[in-house]
Amino acid sequence: MAIEDSADQGAAKRETLSLWRRIGRRSELAYLFLRSPPAMIGALLTVLSLGATLFAPWVAPTDPFDLAAYDLLDSLLPPAWAAGGEARFLLGTDDQGRDMLSAILYGARISVLIGGASIAFAAILGVTLGLAAAYLGGWFDHVVMRIADVQLALPAILTALLIDGVARGVLPSESHDRLMIPVLILAIGLSLWVDFARLARASALVERDKDYVQAAEIMGLPAWRIMLSHILPNIAGPILVVLTIDLAVAILLEATLSFLGVGVPADQASLGTLIRIGTAYIFSGEWWIALFPSLALVLMVIAVNLLGDFLRDALNPKLR
Amino acid sequence: MISLLAGRLAQSIFVMLAVAALAFALFRFVGDPVAQMVGQETAIEDQERLREQLGLNDPAPVQFLRFLGDMATADFGYSYRTRQPIGEMILSRLPATLELAFVSLIISLLIGVPAGIYTAIHPRRAASSAILLTTLAGISAPTFVIGIGLITLFGVQLGWLPTFGRGETVTLGWWKSNLFTLDGWRSLILPALTLGVYQLTLTLRLVRSEMLEVMRTDYLKFAVARGLDWRAIHYRHAFKNTLAPVVTIVGLQFGGVIAFAVVTESVFQWPGMGLLFLDSIRYVDIPVMSVYLVLIGFLFVLVNLVVDILYLVIDPRIRARAEG
Repeated sequence: MAIEDSADQGAAKRETLSLWRRIGRRSELAYLFLRSPPAMIGALLTVLSLGATLFAPWVAPTDPFDLAAYDLLDSLLPPAWAAGGEARFLLGTDDQGRDMLSAILYGARISVLIGGASIAFAAILGVTLGLAAAYLGGWFDHVVMRIADVQLALPAILTALLIDGVARGVLPSESHDRLMIPVLILAIGLSLWVDFARLARASALVERDKDYVQAAEIMGLPAWRIMLSHILPNIAGPILVVLTIDLAVAILLEATLSFLGVGVPADQASLGTLIRIGTAYIFSGEWWIALFPSLALVLMVIAVNLLGDFLRDALNPKLR
Repeated sequence: MISLLAGRLAQSIFVMLAVAALAFALFRFVGDPVAQMVGQETAIEDQERLREQLGLNDPAPVQFLRFLGDMATADFGYSYRTRQPIGEMILSRLPATLELAFVSLIISLLIGVPAGIYTAIHPRRAASSAILLTTLAGISAPTFVIGIGLITLFGVQLGWLPTFGRGETVTLGWWKSNLFTLDGWRSLILPALTLGVYQLTLTLRLVRSEMLEVMRTDYLKFAVARGLDWRAIHYRHAFKNTLAPVVTIVGLQFGGVIAFAVVTESVFQWPGMGLLFLDSIRYVDIPVMSVYLVLIGFLFVLVNLVVDILYLVIDPRIRARAEG
């Protein structure tokens, strides 16, 4: 009898465990993770690239933004292992004699910064609006969802390009370079919030009618508190999945905008900018200037996508 | 059924009006149209007269209605940068983009659908794993990196194909086409492939997951139990029921293809609408931006509407739900 009781309690407890409790070392997620080579490769690559970009000032051989540190005489040197390469420049140099490895590390830093900040912005905006739309309903719900409809009529890349273009028209031209990074974060964030809003709304609509929410309402808790500390933890799983997948999208969007020449200014070159500079040299045989930043970018995005795929499969019991 | 269609139509019209309002706001309130049209030395009175003539002093709703009328009658105004009529600029570039988008969509379907079916039917074969691994790379590599890769390989290293421009075109009325000469096809193949890769991976993954889902259903288990041969099970029973989502994706992808044509056109200097839009952003050519916005919005809404109607035609279950 006693044994049966505790088993029942155990089952009940497992069901109410929040996402955060499920992440521990002995959790289901960790169990699945340790049995999924792609997920581990993705995590390893993510940690490596994040580490390399975070600690770029200490890892990189030179500072690519320091004009005094490079010499035009070193320009367009091939990678160290190719004929004519020098050991000082492992991945070769660009047209201004900058060390490609350092430029890539610093460039990835900017890509990660913009990608991360814009996805955080998109997630906070989207989840807040989606939660509020589901919980409050009524006209607020209508307005938010109609705005989402309109935005879905335009693909993210076009939305980001348009916002970028408008910002160029509105902002005084002398402050362009200084403001381009915040503008990019805004543009990418605003083009991706709909994913979060729709997901948060759909998941919250399911939760809203459950007993625990009604219990919280009876206790007289304010709406914001029910949304934030009761509903949000219960819908965090799917949001985390979209967060990871959209992080890859955001990094790609930033790279694309910079590649098109409407992204970050040249003196703060991100990976996309480096690739754009590199394309000019493909035809004359200096392939390394475009190749290495491209590889870095693709590896970074693959890593995030591997993690995203793993989370999606692991957090969705239907797919298992 | 009628009411479903009417509701869908109303939503489309609302979205279209909202996009038009956005384009109007862009055109009217970002920068001063008059200051863009006249030189610095034009007298203030002349500027005021021009403003009055153009109706820029009218209330905003009146101006918006006029804007809607202009758009509906394809009177798109003039570019700030080139001073040419925008309608002509877009019309001369439309065929290039449409042909590029069309060919890349065909490529993505011709490869994506069979490969998706294959990976769903034979999930444990090595070839399936290889295909799926490749799609991960296809999703993770941005369009422009794929384009540069293809240029480096086929254009620079092997020297087989041209790397920029449209090459030789045949003129049919106002439509300049790449599809009738060998040189035109040679110029088209790399950009179309570049643009098609991402859509291909999406199609493949979607067909695969839909097919896997259908294979788990009871009626398929029943078909297996009846002893039907595998060909009939896979194609007559399973694939037919994955068609509806595939139609949606093809429809939605057409929009994606047009959007990403901006990137591909930039890589290959393909003289289409995307390149025009990109230039308009670089030079803050607001009228071109807002017309492009309206046209793309219109195209998207139209495609979505057609997809929804096709859905009703293809899938009797949705029809039944709508009527029931």
